[in-house]
Amino acid sequence: MSDPVEEFAATVGDTDPVVVRGAGTRWQVGGSPVAEAREVQAPAGIVEYAPEEMTVTVRAGTPISELHAELGAHGQRTNLDDEAGTVGGSLAVGRDTVHRRGRGLARDVLLQARYVSAEGRVIVAGGPTVKNVTGFDLCRLLVGSLGTLGLMAEVILRTRPVPATRRWLAADGVDPHIGRGARTASAVLWDGATTWVHLEGHGVDVDADARGLDQFHEVAGPPPLPRHRWSMRPSQIGAIDPAATGPFVAEIGVGTVHASEARPRPVVDDGVRRLTEVVKQQFDPTGRLNPGRDPLAA
Amino acid sequence: MRLRPRRPRRHQLEADACAQALVDALGPDKVKLGGASRYLAARDASVYRDGAAGPLCYPESADDVATCVRIAAEHGRAVVPRGAGTGLAGGTVPLGNPVVVATTRMNRILEVDVDDAVAWVEPGVINLDLTRHLQPLGYHFAPDPSSQQVCTIGGNVANNSGGPHCLAYGVTSAHVVALDVVLPSGDQVRLGGVEPRTPGYDLRGAFVGSEGLLGIATRVAVRITPNPPAVATLLLSFADVNDAAATVGAIIADGMVPAALEMMDKRIIEAVEAHVHAGYPLDAAAVLLVEVDGLAGGVAADAARIGELGRAHGATNVREAADEAERALLWKGRKGAFGAIAVIEPDYYLHDTVVPRRALVDVLAQIYEIAERHDVIVLNVFHAGDGNLHPLLVFDGRVPGTMERVHAAGREIIEASLAAGGVLSGEHGIGVEKRDFMSLQFSDDDLDAQARLKAAFDPRCLANPGKVIPSSHSCADIQSLRRVPDGVWG
Repeated sequence: MSDPVEEFAATVGDTDPVVVRGAGTRWQVGGSPVAEAREVQAPAGIVEYAPEEMTVTVRAGTPISELHAELGAHGQRTNLDDEAGTVGGSLAVGRDTVHRRGRGLARDVLLQARYVSAEGRVIVAGGPTVKNVTGFDLCRLLVGSLGTLGLMAEVILRTRPVPATRRWLAADGVDPHIGRGARTASAVLWDGATTWVHLEGHGVDVDADARGLDQFHEVAGPPPLPRHRWSMRPSQIGAIDPAATGPFVAEIGVGTVHASEARPRPVVDDGVRRLTEVVKQQFDPTGRLNPGRDPLAA
Repeated sequence: MRLRPRRPRRHQLEADACAQALVDALGPDKVKLGGASRYLAARDASVYRDGAAGPLCYPESADDVATCVRIAAEHGRAVVPRGAGTGLAGGTVPLGNPVVVATTRMNRILEVDVDDAVAWVEPGVINLDLTRHLQPLGYHFAPDPSSQQVCTIGGNVANNSGGPHCLAYGVTSAHVVALDVVLPSGDQVRLGGVEPRTPGYDLRGAFVGSEGLLGIATRVAVRITPNPPAVATLLLSFADVNDAAATVGAIIADGMVPAALEMMDKRIIEAVEAHVHAGYPLDAAAVLLVEVDGLAGGVAADAARIGELGRAHGATNVREAADEAERALLWKGRKGAFGAIAVIEPDYYLHDTVVPRRALVDVLAQIYEIAERHDVIVLNVFHAGDGNLHPLLVFDGRVPGTMERVHAAGREIIEASLAAGGVLSGEHGIGVEKRDFMSLQFSDDDLDAQARLKAAFDPRCLANPGKVIPSSHSCADIQSLRRVPDGVWG
């Protein structure tokens, strides 16, 4: 049987502009793909899952919901966002979940990628094991690259145990930083008035932390998140200007602010811009991969 | 084949225009041309003895580093960065008399910001010094390589270093949020940032672990980690190595990720006991050193469960450290293991492959067989939790023919690890040691992609040439590194 990754590479080819479509949930991040580009889709399906290795091999076009349903049956999950569409799309955009402080970053979930290069070749970046420093860490470069350096076809991801106990708590009018004292807090959110804390871990530990947060009461879940994302130093959260952001939900201790208003275009250092351009030039000399998407604007 | 390094003498370097320009720009205190200091800079903790350093620079600021790099570039000379020289893969061994930039004087902890959970440090700060500095604040720097008493943060960045506790906490890359670097052109740029998302590619991530081939970090912003309120450290003894390995799989499969999960075999236990007196059982075939941390309730539950799993898989004894002193002693045995082997033979060669956890038993058996066949003593002390093997070959290099047997055994160990679905290096890096093994793991196309990243940062191939990328894919063919730089030889 032929390898779906090789078939995908053949479809991508080596000449015309292509855009890779996942579920299209974050289609506008970093700009819209140009209309003339040919649309391609990465293959789907879980290839191999070894719970005792805490790794899973999955094709990039697989819906995250499908992946997490399979992992969940073995008490595991990945750090990718359930709200995102496909595995490949989520990695290409590289956004973290609100549980970043407790569960870690999206960029650290990728162990190995088989991707299709601008020349239509299948390239392996990284390695299959949970620990690996063999050669340059191209996987980090691929996460958040919006498919502009290569098109991910099949990836090996790090999985993690789903905690035994999970609980959302909320309180009005408290110092939001109080939630940071809770060691089992995977997320602390604040909208300027209400603070939400998500506790997860051993039941005894979650109970102990919940007792310490005596002004909080249990709630069903987090607030809805406004659609734009601002990024600031965690220590600057208190300086949020609601006149600029509109209604917001800030991640305490992380610095991501989910805002109703679009973020001002970030200032990009000249050196970073030059490096970004030469990296792009090296990996995609003709600019055929996802034209219109700009990681510097993401 | 051995390279024959030819080390220029001081008067020859004084006639070297590049060396002279460095002295003129930085002053004689920051540029050493004498043979003794350059001799020390020609080697690291690896078995490679073929390095040859040119001018040895001790910059004291980012601007000094940029000056070194720019002057070297103007003279077409390569630059090799150097921390404490504890690298095990020859990553900092200078090939062909390059300018060596030692970061040891850049050893200030610049800023600790608890609100941002970040510390800005210079690259020459020693790993353990940072953790000691953070201790009163209730924080530590999580990557803890066994060399942490001497190795530098800059070296940790270059090698994406691990350590026992990276099982739960992640390797260096997960703890570096931003880097100020001097590019091979001499330009300075900040990669990443303290804010959660910075625009563009994750160039920070690409830089970490690049072994000095993409530039030199001059300031590093590292994530600081709150100290756990509770810790339990267990020592599980086994009469059979396979039972110990099976217990590793059972712990992970049970849904636990211990802070650390280390394994030591009989031979290393004996060496450690003779040296450190850590209280390891001399009658065991293997021990597991397991640490769990977090809140008291969960830690107690995990520790009890790990004990149960160990006994179910044949552990003959389960001992939990009763207090901090006992815990420190158990860890002293583990971290002092490499010093302890001197009682067996004068030389060692430490390997560093990773295999899937399910392959641990099989690959370990192969390692013992390979060592026996090549008549080399092998000891195993390694990060079992993430499958990171550290077969330690000990030998007397003065005995003719020994090095050949050691290298042959090493190659077979690497091949066995790769055949089991593993990788060349888990935390030591590629350097010169494994450069020519890269094509065992990667195809020509894969290596070409890595060479493109290198070309983007360093089109002239002046940053630590001859490392990581095999010479057939590298702009710096190893032959050119043997060329005598103009003006040096008189």
